[in-house]
Amino acid sequence: MKTKTTTTTTTTTETKIKSVTLLQKLKQIAQSFILWELLIGLKVTGRHFFARKVTIQYPEEKTPASVRFRGIHALRRYPNGEERCIACKLCEVVCPALAITIEAEPRKDGSRRTTLYEIDLFKCIYCGFCEESCPVDAIVETSIADYHFEKRGENILTKEKLLAIGDKYEKEIAAARTIDAKYR
Amino acid sequence: MAEIEIDGKKINVEPGSMVIEAADQLGVDIPRFCYHKKLSIAANCRMCLVDVEKSPKPLPACATPVTEGMKVWTRSKKALEAQKAVMEFLLINHPLDCPICDQGGECELQDISMGYGNALSYFTEGKRVVKDKDIGPLISTDMTRCIHCTRCVRFGTEVAGIRELGATGRGEHMEIGTFIEHNVDSEVSGNVIDLCPVGALTSKPFRFTARGWELNQFHGIAPHDCVGSNILIHVRRNQVMRIVPKENEAINEVWISDRDRFSYEGLLSQDRLTHPKIKKNGHWHTVSWQEALDVTAKSLKDIVENQGVNELAAIFSPNSTVEEFYLGQKLFRSLGIHNLDHRLRQLDFRDQDKAPLYPNLGLGLTLSDIENQSVILLVGSNIRKEQPIISLKLRKMTLAGGKALAINVQDYPYNFDLAEKKIVTGGDLIFGLLGLVKAIAVIKKSSAVTALPGLSEIIPSETDKRMATLLIEGQKKAIFMGLDGHCHPDFSEIMALVTLISQMTDATVGVLSDGANSAGGWLAGFVPHRLPGGQSVNKSGFNLKSLWEKELKSYCLVGIEPELDCALGARALQALSKANFVVALTAYESETLKTVAHVLLPMTPFTENEGTYVNVEGLWQSFKGVVLPLEESRPAWKILRVMGNFLGLSDFEYEECGQIMTELKSVLKTTSGMGLGLGAAGSTPKNIMKPGLGTTSEPGPARGPAPTRDNIKGSEIIRLAPVPLYATDPLVRRARSLQKTKDAESPTVRLNAAMANKFNLKAGILAKLVYQGAQCLLPVVLDESVPDNSVVVPNGVKETIYLGDPYSAIEIYPA
Repeated sequence: MKTKTTTTTTTTTETKIKSVTLLQKLKQIAQSFILWELLIGLKVTGRHFFARKVTIQYPEEKTPASVRFRGIHALRRYPNGEERCIACKLCEVVCPALAITIEAEPRKDGSRRTTLYEIDLFKCIYCGFCEESCPVDAIVETSIADYHFEKRGENILTKEKLLAIGDKYEKEIAAARTIDAKYR
Repeated sequence: MAEIEIDGKKINVEPGSMVIEAADQLGVDIPRFCYHKKLSIAANCRMCLVDVEKSPKPLPACATPVTEGMKVWTRSKKALEAQKAVMEFLLINHPLDCPICDQGGECELQDISMGYGNALSYFTEGKRVVKDKDIGPLISTDMTRCIHCTRCVRFGTEVAGIRELGATGRGEHMEIGTFIEHNVDSEVSGNVIDLCPVGALTSKPFRFTARGWELNQFHGIAPHDCVGSNILIHVRRNQVMRIVPKENEAINEVWISDRDRFSYEGLLSQDRLTHPKIKKNGHWHTVSWQEALDVTAKSLKDIVENQGVNELAAIFSPNSTVEEFYLGQKLFRSLGIHNLDHRLRQLDFRDQDKAPLYPNLGLGLTLSDIENQSVILLVGSNIRKEQPIISLKLRKMTLAGGKALAINVQDYPYNFDLAEKKIVTGGDLIFGLLGLVKAIAVIKKSSAVTALPGLSEIIPSETDKRMATLLIEGQKKAIFMGLDGHCHPDFSEIMALVTLISQMTDATVGVLSDGANSAGGWLAGFVPHRLPGGQSVNKSGFNLKSLWEKELKSYCLVGIEPELDCALGARALQALSKANFVVALTAYESETLKTVAHVLLPMTPFTENEGTYVNVEGLWQSFKGVVLPLEESRPAWKILRVMGNFLGLSDFEYEECGQIMTELKSVLKTTSGMGLGLGAAGSTPKNIMKPGLGTTSEPGPARGPAPTRDNIKGSEIIRLAPVPLYATDPLVRRARSLQKTKDAESPTVRLNAAMANKFNLKAGILAKLVYQGAQCLLPVVLDESVPDNSVVVPNGVKETIYLGDPYSAIEIYPA
């Protein structure tokens, strides 16, 4: 009994599918002839053609970035030229990627200074913890996101490089920090 | 016992003990700054205030004795409020610049402030600023950070016995410092760094180089004296950053000496030997281990085959490990060589056959037992500089009512009070001891010693009599022989007399030997006349003095700089420069070694080595390497093991250091019951010859006339030649900061004013010292602690190498 019923149902479905396929084939042929798909595509093109443009001409133009953007690192100085970093090593210990290496010793004037401050940019995950942990705002992440390396080893930012970045962009760094100051 | 309750937990404690001790036993945390279990109670920081039932005000836990049924709450509202208030007061004047403080991350103030303090302070006024003081090359100061807990002051007055730091002014104007501008020079001064709960006193060599959280901590054993202090070695990125004490109540308590603490600075000295080197045609070439060992093995074999086994000697540093000693003696004895020695500073070997199994503190005496002795007699010991930690224990003993006596060649400034002292002129310790022997014999009415030749002429002084009375009447008595006695040309007689005194007074006899593992050297058989475990050798080798005098064809040196580490530096140099083949296992390529050696093999210092040290009480303490060997340098035991393979010896297939130890232990087991007790055997009274004449029935090296009261009369003066505290081994000599301390000042000639007058010398001018043609110019320092007929010219420093053997007569003129 059961088997019989099933067989009947199958036959009906097969007839239905046959008729649908035929209808679709006809529809397809018609659509190909009137270039229907092309028209649908042109509809998208047309909409964007008249819509407001968002594309910018990178690198000549750039999108606005948050003052909290976390790009390449820099070491800052005080206005009198004294480096800010006091070798407290909090950034080194907080760094989850172990990207920072610091060595320190007393400078001639007895103050606590680094003799080696290196950030491995291959290790760095740009989390910004170093900046957050710094008690003297010495290590910062700038808004610079476009940089490249040509040779192996250039991924290590030395103290000199970090200070040079800091010196070059001090105005921007300071401005960004001023804007963000009330939230910190 | 009183039962008290702290935070609801019940505990039974000794009546009279303090609440904080009970809390520490229970594991209840009470914040504290001024309280330290090894120091007296000051109760001046008020941080440990706790709430005590029926007390209207919170009480300081460190100064409140327990009473039966007392109930204490450490975390009640009242206690917490009190603790917060005290914390706020302490932070009023303490700078909040933890990021630039060297204590940051391991600061008690920081920790307690986090746990018990307030986030905010009401204090807005200006903070107090205190000028920093320069207190020497070891400790740096940030006195503004001081919270006046006075732990450092109490350490100086109570433990170290030298009041170097003190408090001046009161209240807001109180300052900790040296009273007059001078350095902190104590040999245990580094301990105030550990004691200081804040960053006011920190380690100068370590300053700003690392943070506590960067360091990995490893257990180690201090490699400079026979105490075997337990240390913690702090390592960062495969480099030793600092050394701090490890608490071991039985040995070093919580202290270590500055020598143990700061010697790590020499580990990576400029002249570290990193690769094997061979001298070809007078030039040094860096070679592979294969080549270096090939050459060494070939040369050693050649010497043994063609010149005979008596033409080769192996001389090890007393700081070598037991494993190295054992492997060394196995290697050379397999070749038939018995010329082995590690007793670098000893001059007299005549009674070596009667020596105990190893130099030790005395039968059954342990280091922690020293403080319980009632009388201790020091014979020829500047214990404060030789064994700083034992000296602290002696101080503890004297503070507890014990009596310290001394018979010395110089009136050393100890850090404890001596009940009686006897200073002998011209280094004549025998004379000093004879007086005491006579005095004891008279009191005891002993006839055993009257047979001693020469004793009948001795008339004991009043000091002798008082010393004798103390020694006889004391309950627990010990005699310690220091390096002045141990390294004396009359050591045998001195030892015999000391043994005699001990027999008459029931005192124990101990020898405080030099080096970290002299005991291990004896046990492992690294002496010419004994095998491991003290078994006697059929044909004994020569002792170190004869090894130098005989000028052998070949020497193997391990871990020593011969001209500085040996008492007979000049003779050592002469013998080595005449030798055909000298191989040196060394961590440092010193200029001298480069001149005299033919092969230099780089061995590692203690932090890169593993092994075992046996301390003066016979305690075996093993340690592991904590950093990797520098470049091609290797632990000495590995070098000796591979050298065994190159020489084609069997049984040199050790895979690890522990196997050597297992083998040695099994050897020692079979030799137990040798009848060589731990107690100092020494000579029996019969063997004592007429003092000073040096006659002996035993075959021994000939020696010159010993200084006695007869031959030092007139203008002849005897050179006392102590080794300065920081010139004891190659590592210490390279520790930069230690070399800047007062104890490492450039050598001087010290003598008393009367002697100076006699030779037309004045303080500060140069004196010309002459010894058999060799001469040297040294500045004169007047020192009333030096007795007549003696001058103190240090040994173990390069300026004085050629000034003759210790205790020899020298001439002195104004330059």
